[in-house]
Amino acid sequence: MTTPATTTTGRGRRAALAVAGPAVLLAAAALFPLVFSSPLATTYGFDALIFVAAASAWNIFSGYSGYLSLGHAVFFGTGVYAVAIGARDWHLTGDAVFGLLPLAAAVAAVVAVPVGLVALRVRRHTFVVITIAIFFIFQLMAFNFSFTGGTSGIDAPILNWAAATYNDPFYFLALVIATATVALSWLIRRSRFGLQLRAIRDDEDRARGLGVHAMRVKLAALVISALITGLAGGLWYYFIAAAHPQSAFDPLFDLSLALMGFFGGLGTVGGPVLGAIILEPSQQWLTVQFTNDYLSEILLGVLFLLVILFLPRGVLPTLAERAGRWRARSRRRPDGPDAAAGGAAVQPDRQPEGTAS
Amino acid sequence: MAHQIYPAIADGILGGGVYALMAVGLTLIFGVLDIINVAQGILVVVGGYLSYVLSVHLHIDLFLGLLITVPAMFVLGLAIHTLVIRPLRGAERTSMSLLACFAVAIIAEGALYWIFGPNVVTLTASYVRSSIKVAGFYISDIYLYCFALAVAAVAVIYLLLYRTRFGRAVRATMQDATAARLIGIDVNRVAALTFGIGVAVTAAGGMAYGATSGGFSPNSGYDLISRLLAIIILGGLGSIGGALAAAVFMITVESVVDIWSPNWAVAVFYAALVIVLTVRPSGLFGRREVRAQ
Amino acid sequence: MTAELRTEGISKAFGGVQAVDDCTLSAAAGAITGLIGPNGSGKTTLFNIVTGYERADTGEVYLAGRRITGASAQRVFGLGLARTFQLTRIFPRLTLLENMLVAAGGHAAGRRRAHELLEFTGIDQYAGALAGTLSYGQRKLLELATVLAAEPAVVLLDEPAGGVNPTLIQQLADRIRDLNAQGTTFLIVEHNMEFVMGLCHQVTVLDHGTVVAAGPPADIARDPRVLDAYLGTVPDTGPDDGGEPGDR
Repeated sequence: MTTPATTTTGRGRRAALAVAGPAVLLAAAALFPLVFSSPLATTYGFDALIFVAAASAWNIFSGYSGYLSLGHAVFFGTGVYAVAIGARDWHLTGDAVFGLLPLAAAVAAVVAVPVGLVALRVRRHTFVVITIAIFFIFQLMAFNFSFTGGTSGIDAPILNWAAATYNDPFYFLALVIATATVALSWLIRRSRFGLQLRAIRDDEDRARGLGVHAMRVKLAALVISALITGLAGGLWYYFIAAAHPQSAFDPLFDLSLALMGFFGGLGTVGGPVLGAIILEPSQQWLTVQFTNDYLSEILLGVLFLLVILFLPRGVLPTLAERAGRWRARSRRRPDGPDAAAGGAAVQPDRQPEGTAS
Repeated sequence: MAHQIYPAIADGILGGGVYALMAVGLTLIFGVLDIINVAQGILVVVGGYLSYVLSVHLHIDLFLGLLITVPAMFVLGLAIHTLVIRPLRGAERTSMSLLACFAVAIIAEGALYWIFGPNVVTLTASYVRSSIKVAGFYISDIYLYCFALAVAAVAVIYLLLYRTRFGRAVRATMQDATAARLIGIDVNRVAALTFGIGVAVTAAGGMAYGATSGGFSPNSGYDLISRLLAIIILGGLGSIGGALAAAVFMITVESVVDIWSPNWAVAVFYAALVIVLTVRPSGLFGRREVRAQ
Repeated sequence: MTAELRTEGISKAFGGVQAVDDCTLSAAAGAITGLIGPNGSGKTTLFNIVTGYERADTGEVYLAGRRITGASAQRVFGLGLARTFQLTRIFPRLTLLENMLVAAGGHAAGRRRAHELLEFTGIDQYAGALAGTLSYGQRKLLELATVLAAEPAVVLLDEPAGGVNPTLIQQLADRIRDLNAQGTTFLIVEHNMEFVMGLCHQVTVLDHGTVVAAGPPADIARDPRVLDAYLGTVPDTGPDDGGEPGDR
């Protein structure tokens, strides 16, 4: 049984770590471009941060509610095209284009409403399939509508920045977005809203019977998730300077988000962050090493299978569980805080039923 | 315009038969294992490439080649189930299985690109360059042969399900896996074999698709799976009759719409899907989902 | 807070099976009413209909005189009607306290109430543990505590004593009596006759989806129609101790 350590020093130590850990990480991320200033390094960094934001956003919806979405590329691509079309039609260039980012977020959030109203009415694993179908619809629209530029897409407006530091503003903007997203994820998890989401994940019907307005809660989570994903998409578009249907709406993107979430720990705050930081640069590096892009596709699939077969709860929860067991073993005392020793137990036949995830 | 509709409808029905075969495999897997094999689309393409290799490199006739490709795909299905699906445990196993199938699809697509490259290939058989004339328009022989193949294969599956002991075990498991286990049915074996059968039909489907689609490449998997998913959801998950009806209906509608607008024809699928789901989330013929999540 | 729960002419069929057939019953405000009947008599279906998990084909449901037929489960809860399930349902990956807070709310008053209820059911020392680690009996207590979190006027219990040891059954009965003393109305489905007869003010008997008898426990125990329902037609209506065979 996982009883949290009840000694004050234990609690204090863990609280300190919980604050220090992310603070150190944030400081490291902020200093990263100053130490590794080459465009290659900052590109890796930018990509990783975009995925930290996107994976955390995905987790806010899919991780907390248990409704696995394989269609978040819809929101990402919507953000891409929102900025692309806005810049093209309103003739924006240079710094002004960044002003379109809130638009990208807003459009993605708006799109999430009808998507959610249709998709969230079905049970969870039909839901996954519906998200895939909706993804195909959007990709099809991007290929066929004239205002999206069809197959050739839309070229990005000109940005005349110095080549050596070109990446840096993008990097820092991505860092801000990623940090805000992770903070939001943490806040949600502690909030009543987050509790309702997790109750839905465990037993949606029962949650309804306890007064949770399931549709509203799920839809709200989807809209928040979509908003951030769209924002990330918009920024990413301007960075790589191209909007094409197959890159804006890419099924591998969807798989990557799910993989990062599962790898790090589905439904945790830090899990998607860990997943993104480890997996995105690795994937980029593999694509460069094996210029044959198909091998990285195969490896991504294999890695995903390995994760769900051998590490289904993800790295962070597995580590936390190991740490908990080690802690319980090392402080086993007759009158210890580990209540398995008995005490005022109601049941003589109490048996721990194994830890849940 | 009228004289374009009849051939379109004919094409649609014949093509629908082929999709029906693939959809039946998919719905069978769902009925027994409760998972939606999203790799079915790319596996059809794998089947197509197998036929291609046999036909082009070994000069084996397309239809005869099925004697090799069908068992091969059956074994592949068994392997996927045993290695990837079966080990999954826990409360989330249906969602995880679905993700696993997605991963398998990505791997298969990558492998096909690696081996065959992105070029479009076609399947041809020498005796099918002819067409017959029906009611004033031409239907290629190959369409008829493939339709016949699809009908034969669905008939075989039907016989398997309703006239054999194994089929009874499958149907029992579809209705209630726990009850089936309690009366001595080896549910794992049934699951594995069903998955194998569901994938084996992709061999036939792949050959038929390759011969009638005018060319395919590893990228074709997406078109296929998007249509198949829409078909089985429309027909109702787990309903074989529904899958058949939805397949023939939707492909025919797409074929007719294709006369006016080739780019948007496939959008008809999605529009129908969205409309049906909004009105009746369990699909046209589906069972009302009573299991909790 | 208290209220009366009443159904009128509820019918529900699943395919060819008439699960509930013109069922009219009431659970008087502030009373503990038992609902008994053989397996398949429609008790759980009735519960599902009353609490908004299923739709009745015909009939009406009234809570405190107000028509709530067809209201969603979430709305029914908001109106003061809560239920437990035959197969105990909790949120396994949330802690006990979090389980409570789903219904109680995260503000200070809600938290206080959550702790109170956990103490009331005697499982508060596990408040920080994941609910999935609880034993069967503890889960039942948690489920009971959870439904009480929003101070419902009416509580529906579906086989609260099922599969539970005698000591715990006694504790459950005591807790129910305590709550009832504060005015909460109870409608309890149970097969354990001793539990029902000892606890309930009124007992209603369901057979084949319809009410065959209703009244104080003593009357029900003697009613030949009740024996009929459980055992089939019995020609002799001699003295008996009521209840179903196999019940001790």
